[in-house]
Amino acid sequence: MTELLQILISGLSAGAIYALAAVGFTLLWQASQTINFAQGEFVMIPAFIALALITKLGFPVWLAFIAAILLSIVFLGAVFKRLVVEPMISHGTLPLVIATIALGLLLKEAVKEFYSPLGQPFPGLFSHDTISVFGAAVSFADIANFVVAMGVIAGLQWFLNKTRTGRCMQATAQNPDVAQILGVDIKRMVLYTFLINGALAAIASILITPVYLAKFSNGEVLGLVAFIAAIVGGFNQIKGALVGGLLIGVIDNLSAVYISAEYRQAVPMILLILIIMVRPQGIMGESEGRAV
Amino acid sequence: MIKKFTTTVSAVALATVAGMATADVRIADVAELSGAGAAAGAVWHDGIVMAFEEINASGGILGEKVDLVAYDSQTDPQNSRAMVQKAIDEGTYVLMGTVYSSSTVVNMLVAQQNGMPQLTGSESPTITAKGNPYIFRTAFGAQKGMPKIGSYLKDGLGAKNIAVIWANTEFGKGGHDAFVKIAEGMGMNIIADVPTEQAQVDFAADVAKIKSSGADAIFAYMTEEESARFLIEAKKQGVDLPIAGDTVLISQKVIDLAGGAAEGAFGHVGLTAEAPIPAIQEMAKNFQAKFGYGADHNAIKGYLGAYTVKYVTEKIGSFDAEKFAETMHGLCLDAASHPGVLMDVCWDDTGEMSRASFLVEVKDNKQQITKTLPAN
Repeated sequence: MTELLQILISGLSAGAIYALAAVGFTLLWQASQTINFAQGEFVMIPAFIALALITKLGFPVWLAFIAAILLSIVFLGAVFKRLVVEPMISHGTLPLVIATIALGLLLKEAVKEFYSPLGQPFPGLFSHDTISVFGAAVSFADIANFVVAMGVIAGLQWFLNKTRTGRCMQATAQNPDVAQILGVDIKRMVLYTFLINGALAAIASILITPVYLAKFSNGEVLGLVAFIAAIVGGFNQIKGALVGGLLIGVIDNLSAVYISAEYRQAVPMILLILIIMVRPQGIMGESEGRAV
Repeated sequence: MIKKFTTTVSAVALATVAGMATADVRIADVAELSGAGAAAGAVWHDGIVMAFEEINASGGILGEKVDLVAYDSQTDPQNSRAMVQKAIDEGTYVLMGTVYSSSTVVNMLVAQQNGMPQLTGSESPTITAKGNPYIFRTAFGAQKGMPKIGSYLKDGLGAKNIAVIWANTEFGKGGHDAFVKIAEGMGMNIIADVPTEQAQVDFAADVAKIKSSGADAIFAYMTEEESARFLIEAKKQGVDLPIAGDTVLISQKVIDLAGGAAEGAFGHVGLTAEAPIPAIQEMAKNFQAKFGYGADHNAIKGYLGAYTVKYVTEKIGSFDAEKFAETMHGLCLDAASHPGVLMDVCWDDTGEMSRASFLVEVKDNKQQITKTLPAN
């Protein structure tokens, strides 16, 4: 029982971070039909921005993290939209998918070439000291990761549902033509979505990298997990990405312990196939509706 | 016109002859410069770079400068095989690398077929058990360290039930099989046997499994980054069991990556920059000054491997690959007259090596030597 509890807690902690990346994935699709296969690299990059600021420029850790989030918003949000998405989107979804795959490769290889191919230690915001919860040792880092990730997603939901800008973003996602007729600046709303994705990726990066280590190849794992989480949860709903992220985090850990450590990576893929066969819109998704 | 043509041809011919007279000896290093094994391969390569720079600065080998050429295996066995073939086709004298056993077991066949001596950093027991007369280690196989760790766990700590976590690769499987055989032979029980994947990033489930297994101690046998991630997760889950390993777990690279999470880990190392040997400490100091990071066992392996090429070539008096391989079998080099090998070392007929080694424990984020063990 203690083992199960331990696995559930660890899975939820990791899953909450996966959910951040998956939510960003979903947001971009909703707002601009961008399937961003560089999302994993978007989560990998901010850690290296922070590391560079700490090690090369002597920034204190907290300031480096804030700067990494801001720079991610600019480069992984606005610049990505301007230089990659806008020129490609008029050619359809598939060319844009290929462009994001290429961007992911470029980012990965650039980090390998210009920073290091080696894994790097990365400072954590939270202590790894533990407390006992019904016999399971739970680290403050796990609790904090979960709380921060859930808090960010809850804040995002509040922003989208309770603010005028958020509702304009929803309207843009649901029907951009009607939104424009109603006076919504849809270009600005789409830009906001990209900026939010940059911030989500940076927060996920800062939370997960102390455990995963900063490594150029981290995006391979994180991108795949975010994609699966978004599909499993429901590609057209933020709450779907949230459920998908948590589910993948828990299932990955449960399968490693109770099914097979060797095939742990296969289990989420099997889940993905089952979901596509049984409920193509995902667990929380709706057949046609779109909402950010 | 004819005069101009003759002059040109003469100039080209002279340049060619001059070029031949000063031709460098080409030595290839096929290493994990990127991919999951970069933490090992890149450091190994830097050790080789430093050694050959020293060798060239002091006159080269038999009067010829070494032209070191790096080939990136990308930590992919099939790519490493292609790179070894490329290195041979491009005229390497001997071959350095690879470090990852999964690659070496594949690419050593190419070197063997081409009669190419190969100095590897790999530690899987299988490497020297295949009857390949051209393979030579720069660090001894994992099977040599296991009895020492087994004895320490059983007699030093009184452990009876051991959890084993290991990389499901050629390297990991070799170390796992060697340790399990020794541990069971000593009467200890393997109470949890947890394989992990190369480049695995999430160890939460593996640690949870070990934690609930009822083990008295943990034996961890993975590569650098995976070892660090495991140690971080073990700390995160409050694991307070003794964690033992061979070479990698307590290497400085892992200590640096894991931060405080490596504290208290212990094990057996064949080579360490902390060894109480002035030549190694001098090498480590120079390495730190040159590359800006600390030398670990892989850097030392690469370094002494490069010097081995120099000493053996000077012993045979020519750049003869076949003679090189013949000479290496049964060869002993003492550090007093061959300072580049850093410690007295011998190779047997299989290419396996013997050398003194150390028991270490991680204290204050540094390796602390607890015992020096004689060569076996």
